[in-house]
Amino acid sequence: MVETTVRVENLKKWFPVRMGFFGSLVSRRELFVHAIDGISFEVKKGEIFGLAGESGSGKTTTGRVILRLTDATSGKILFRDEDITRLRERQLKPFRQKMQMVFQDPYESLNPRMTVLDTVSEPLRIRGGLSSKEIEDKVYTTLAGVELIPPEEFISRFPHELSGGQRQRVGVARALTLEPEFIVADEPVSMLDVSIRAEVLNLMVDLREKLQVSFLYITHDLALARHTCDKIAIMYLGKIMEGGPIEELIFEPLHPYTQALIAAVPVPDPSSQRIDVKVKGEIPSPVNPPSGCRFHTRCQCYIGDICRTVEPQLIETRKDHFVACHLYGSSKQPAGKAGGD
Amino acid sequence: MHLLEVRNLKTYFTVKRGAVKAVDNVSFEVQKGEAMGLVGESGCGKTTVSLSILRILPSNGRILGGNISFKGTDIMKLTEDEMRTSIRWKGISIVFQGAMNALNPVYSVGEQIVESIRLHEEYVTKEEADERVQKLFELVGVDPSRRNNYPHEFSGGMRQRAMIAMALSCNPDLLIGDEPGTALDVIVAAQVLKLMNDLRMKLNLSMIMISHDLSIIAETCQKTAIMYGGKIAEYSDVTRVFKEPLHPYTQGLMGAFPGIRAEKTRMLSIPGSPPDLLSPPPACRFHPRCKYAMDICRTKEPETVDVGNKHYVACHLVH
Repeated sequence: MVETTVRVENLKKWFPVRMGFFGSLVSRRELFVHAIDGISFEVKKGEIFGLAGESGSGKTTTGRVILRLTDATSGKILFRDEDITRLRERQLKPFRQKMQMVFQDPYESLNPRMTVLDTVSEPLRIRGGLSSKEIEDKVYTTLAGVELIPPEEFISRFPHELSGGQRQRVGVARALTLEPEFIVADEPVSMLDVSIRAEVLNLMVDLREKLQVSFLYITHDLALARHTCDKIAIMYLGKIMEGGPIEELIFEPLHPYTQALIAAVPVPDPSSQRIDVKVKGEIPSPVNPPSGCRFHTRCQCYIGDICRTVEPQLIETRKDHFVACHLYGSSKQPAGKAGGD
Repeated sequence: MHLLEVRNLKTYFTVKRGAVKAVDNVSFEVQKGEAMGLVGESGCGKTTVSLSILRILPSNGRILGGNISFKGTDIMKLTEDEMRTSIRWKGISIVFQGAMNALNPVYSVGEQIVESIRLHEEYVTKEEADERVQKLFELVGVDPSRRNNYPHEFSGGMRQRAMIAMALSCNPDLLIGDEPGTALDVIVAAQVLKLMNDLRMKLNLSMIMISHDLSIIAETCQKTAIMYGGKIAEYSDVTRVFKEPLHPYTQGLMGAFPGIRAEKTRMLSIPGSPPDLLSPPPACRFHPRCKYAMDICRTKEPETVDVGNKHYVACHLVH
């Protein structure tokens, strides 16, 4: 059996809404942004797990909470079966080395005053215990690993002397120096030019093969996810609507939201006519998410009161393929109205 | 007669270090009711083309050569006033990428559209203009009663719809969409693109769709021009370009855009990065990244040739 690298159980992250002095006098109720509202999934060793959804669905927050960059409101984060949800900073340090992040914007996430050597070696220097010669060797091998070849040509360059794709490779190299087991890649290519996106995504795929690193790949682009991920979960307003193996999810999407997302992806073929966009409106505010199924306000398959009143649970319809929708029955849920089938 | 004809357009920007050759010898035409796609990566000059057509370039940009004729009138010869009263908005209008930034936050959305109508058609009264706004809102699928709302009360998709309404307010013949879906979420972007497509057919509009996404062009346009480094690399029918891409850059872009249902393959990227237009590579601007580059590519600029059926390619490989 393949090991699980990261597992989250019923994870929640609510951000309080600041109301200001007068607001707090008028309204006694505290308001929260339900950024993540009870999600569970696991990322296996050497797997690229995609997290997709519209902006505001909570995918970035999920990545940050897992890395303990921000604290969870409730729920559990397990790293190789060890609960790290409430560890203090000092106890967390060994885990920090094993979990890294690649940021969205390679133009903003590299310090313009640091050379490639400084940037990539900084994690090693912070960890300590290596001589400067060893650090330099390690940087060379890491740079070669992300195909910045020959490394000596890049090592003393500053970020402005690199192209977008090269910068993002430096970002990946920085994440790799400590030999992590898990990397959160938050929209790593959305700021890059189309012709060079593939090089960064292919790099991710190769590293997975070579080093058995697990990735949480956060994206809004299902077409790219299709060619990169092994599994994917679709998020909407802080909930997972559907999750499963990527091929199954793309070719046989179950949830109306997944179907809508896939239908909205333009196809690079002039002879295929786009399927009509049936979903209306935009993602509602996460401060007051809709009752029942969160998608019911926009759903093209609305089947009645049950969608509005009862929240559908994730059920496994096929091996590893989960969906939270009343169209597929809502097993353990006490039905408000005679069942959902 | 073509609705819009651009011939050998040359637009440069002057900066401290020299001249940025943003658009260099670009030619294309758009017919009545036709949608043309301008595709390319950031910095390839596609937005500059549209700004040149409307003559709304920033102060350091200059059109150094070429002709732009719209309905037979040479736009380059018109005065600023004539541009405002007869071309901008009445003939050609544009929807920009960031709808959220294009609207003024301190005026209601309706007021802003009324203002733009009255600026271009001075004889229209406020009441008439307001009536027109209501009709436009219906046309683009926003509840007309929302016209007195301020931009922050609109969602991103509604703002983009309002921008489209504004662009259509003076019945233009040509609508330019500069990445109209890019800043929006996938589903909303699809809604907006569908709206633009429906409007084009309903009003028999011509359209120039600017995008970096080949698949959007495939779905909305009949013709396309692939731009690279300020020049047009390939120009033809959408179907022809997609079925039989001849320029290596077009082929590369296709590889970088896997279809969502296409066979799972390793994605292809084009090595290197887009050129710096301050000092673009000599001869063919694509040669440093081209896997077929030959000696001639480094010394002689390829001419644009018609390989048959109005399929134009600028590459030594097809000569």
